[in-house]
Amino acid sequence: MRLKESAVRAKLTAKGREDSWPAGWAELGVSRRSFLKFCASMAAILSMPPAVAAKLAESIEKAEKPTLVWLEFQDCAGNTESFLRASRPTVAQIILDKISVNYHETIMAAAGQQAEDALAKTVKNHAGKYIAAVEGSIPTGADGAYCAIGGKSALQVAREVCGNAAATIAIGTCAAFGGLPAASPNPTGAVAVGDAVPGLKTLINLPACPANAENITALLVYYMTMKQWPPLDQYRRPLFAYGKLIHDNCERRAHFDAGQYVENWGDDGHRHGYCLYKMGCKGPVTFQNCPVIRWNEGTNWPIGCGHPCVGCAEPNFWDKMTPFYRHLENIPGFAVGTDVDKVGLGLTAAVGATFAAHGVIEIARRKLGHGPDQGEEGRKGE
Amino acid sequence: MAHVVVDPITRIEGHLRIETEVEGGTVRDAWSSSTMFRGVEIILKGRDPRDAWVFTQRICGVCTTVHAITSIRAVEHAIGANPPPNARLLRNLIIGAQCVQDHVIHFYHLHALDWVDIVSALSADPAKTASLAQSISDWPISGRAYFTDVRARLKDFVAGGRLGPFANAYWGHPAYKLPPEANLMAVGHYLQALDFQRQFIRMHAILGGKNPHLQSFLVGGMATPVDADSQNALNMGTIAELSKLVASARDFVTRVYMPDVLAIAAFYKDWAGIGAGVGNYLSYGEYPEDDNPNPNMYLPGGTILNRDLGKVAPVEPDKISEYVKHSWYDYKGGDDKPLPPFKGETSPNYTGPKPPYERLHLDRKYSWVKSPRYEDHPMEVGPLARMLVAYAYGRPSRVKELVDNTLKALGVGPQALFSTLGRTAARAIESQVIAEKMQDWVAALAESMARRDYRICDNSKFDPSTWPEECWGSGFHEAPRGSLGHWVHIRNGEIVNYQCVVPTTWNAGPRDAHGKRGPYEEALVGTPIAKPDQPLEILRTVHSFDPCLACAVHVLDTERREIVKVSVV
Repeated sequence: MRLKESAVRAKLTAKGREDSWPAGWAELGVSRRSFLKFCASMAAILSMPPAVAAKLAESIEKAEKPTLVWLEFQDCAGNTESFLRASRPTVAQIILDKISVNYHETIMAAAGQQAEDALAKTVKNHAGKYIAAVEGSIPTGADGAYCAIGGKSALQVAREVCGNAAATIAIGTCAAFGGLPAASPNPTGAVAVGDAVPGLKTLINLPACPANAENITALLVYYMTMKQWPPLDQYRRPLFAYGKLIHDNCERRAHFDAGQYVENWGDDGHRHGYCLYKMGCKGPVTFQNCPVIRWNEGTNWPIGCGHPCVGCAEPNFWDKMTPFYRHLENIPGFAVGTDVDKVGLGLTAAVGATFAAHGVIEIARRKLGHGPDQGEEGRKGE
Repeated sequence: MAHVVVDPITRIEGHLRIETEVEGGTVRDAWSSSTMFRGVEIILKGRDPRDAWVFTQRICGVCTTVHAITSIRAVEHAIGANPPPNARLLRNLIIGAQCVQDHVIHFYHLHALDWVDIVSALSADPAKTASLAQSISDWPISGRAYFTDVRARLKDFVAGGRLGPFANAYWGHPAYKLPPEANLMAVGHYLQALDFQRQFIRMHAILGGKNPHLQSFLVGGMATPVDADSQNALNMGTIAELSKLVASARDFVTRVYMPDVLAIAAFYKDWAGIGAGVGNYLSYGEYPEDDNPNPNMYLPGGTILNRDLGKVAPVEPDKISEYVKHSWYDYKGGDDKPLPPFKGETSPNYTGPKPPYERLHLDRKYSWVKSPRYEDHPMEVGPLARMLVAYAYGRPSRVKELVDNTLKALGVGPQALFSTLGRTAARAIESQVIAEKMQDWVAALAESMARRDYRICDNSKFDPSTWPEECWGSGFHEAPRGSLGHWVHIRNGEIVNYQCVVPTTWNAGPRDAHGKRGPYEEALVGTPIAKPDQPLEILRTVHSFDPCLACAVHVLDTERREIVKVSVV
């Protein structure tokens, strides 16, 4: 027997999703204690004082369920997979449950026409209110034929869906900066979401390859709690996740300062956690919070497991940070006059010169501006 | 005759479009089209071959690791690097973890909703559901209270009126056959599998820094140091943690995944006679057990033609070639002849309709995927191919045992393996075989540590100045979705050309110059369709292959350069 959704709904005495504790969430198997623990860790990721955790908990409990559509263009679904690995599992699930994901090709049950209908309905009924998450770059070559969904080009879909959204989140380096498809010589004319659909009201970039699940969750929590989007840097990255260099929070920093470096894979220094600078580490020019939040339930991160950072959260890292195993001073493309991040340029020169001279280096701390419109200023600290 | 188009095919990686002709409740003909293209190979040209794995790994984020593994194997083959035993063990563990985790996600989160009606689960009796669950497995999370809780969560979700990703599906479709209790049990396990995959994949973070897109591979070895006496390396504490994670996988697969597949399959036995496809199977073999140039593989490689399990032959990569007759590319010598990968000539030429479009030009070119052939035969690759090849060889014996047990449990013969259901069952069987085997690799790593063998990389070949001026190499791998090959040509330390022939290209490719259908297309012909406007049955067969289109479409070489010579392991 087919049970229509409406019939099911009518049959159920909707005591409602008030979500007052514990009626709603206890059923989902989440204790108040674990929830508060989650809020505390979220407060930490968002760089808020611990006292904020309680307020955070209150806000999330009361927050309305925002609608989200997740579009995939020239992607590898790595960000989707990353999102599936959001840690503090049961509580993260609540966060998922607090958001209505109306369209997501990789997880949704519907297919074909029914899937497209779900998207169209959301764009129409929630115009100006929903959040558009985008994964993957958008090709501009071959009249858009390099990526088509339901017969429409990615560009057509992006204009319509992002154009009508309250906010667009570009998740992963491909959506944020063009990423791998846009790497030289960019065969398909791939561009970032912000370039494909200029003038978006609110655009937030969450680069990294893939974006860390915890930063995706934290951004949504930020929005639900603060009722506003976080301050961004000049590349529209939230400061809470991209406000500091990897190098400045790296657990191997002491070895860098002491001039203790890995020279060969598996050598004594490598086995004892020495600095990976000479093996090509891009931590000194990469803004990201990997060393703080780590990956997969805080288990580890690339430098922690013995491999250099490749700089995946930076614009054009596929061209700027390669070859990956050559250390920074020799990177071609970092010469004066090329289109590079000013901070990156300054650091590269400093790292090269100082390292060559003394084997140690001191990196000046940057001053960061606050507020979404001060991003440009924020990155001029040097 | 109804023309049924399903675009997008959801619950897959990438962008896939299926067009079919349906008449009298049956699919008469089918066309598989991939609608996304990036061009990774041309991006690789001129770059450092040691960087290639970082690039190629991004071909797919669902089957993360696989293009990285294949790439380092290809480059190592070219430059003559010999990874030490620890690197082999670490790679086997990473490959095995990827296989098991990917198969679990595929079954529960991408495929199950083709068989499980979530709305029907609302009317299940939790007590009866508990009896059902306990009758098929001794998995402890199976009590009445648990299923009462799951049903309450589901009701709460539906009552909220925001079905999110479960909206607009084919709930109530007549092809759904499970009783409400089996549906509720499956919903419970859908949620448990979400937790399992998240926790189990920590293994990749331990060995690779993060998942998706691990970052510990090296041409010549691995970057994860091994030292029993250091806190900054894999040590005995790590061994204990790996053991625990491997045990959790074995437990979940044996006590949840496998029993669920058998229980659900029992209600869908008709699908053991649907979706057979081309009947030719290919596996390169995987999990090297020694460090010789041609190592013994735990899962053997081989080819099977025309469903003849009595004849299994070793793979000869020279017999691989690709057609572009129906793909948006041109060949200099015309589109009627195929070219082998080492003469990989590829230039894109989109001749399809301009988006937005309603219909593709099915009589001409209609896909970004090429059509690979083995001795001119379309071949199916993936878990079913691997299990059939191992079954035909009779090794490892565990495969034969589990295949026979499965057939016996369902009361069907070996011919039932050639089907949509066979593909789904093979994936579960492989998960169990590999989850069991992984403990051996953990033990071997511990023994290596105990011997103070800390070698992780062939450092003698890491510096490009030690390489031949010009060299060629190929790397092969069995990814979760099937046979994957990379071919690389290096000159003066730079990539001259790079070619990939990937699992979903084999399976999702369009017709060849002889008009022979690809495996998806062939498997769809004859599929019953109860309601053409709700083609649930098409999803079942297509999903049984576990499509991964981002993998399939990335070939581009605008300079039409040729790899003039390739040697093949």
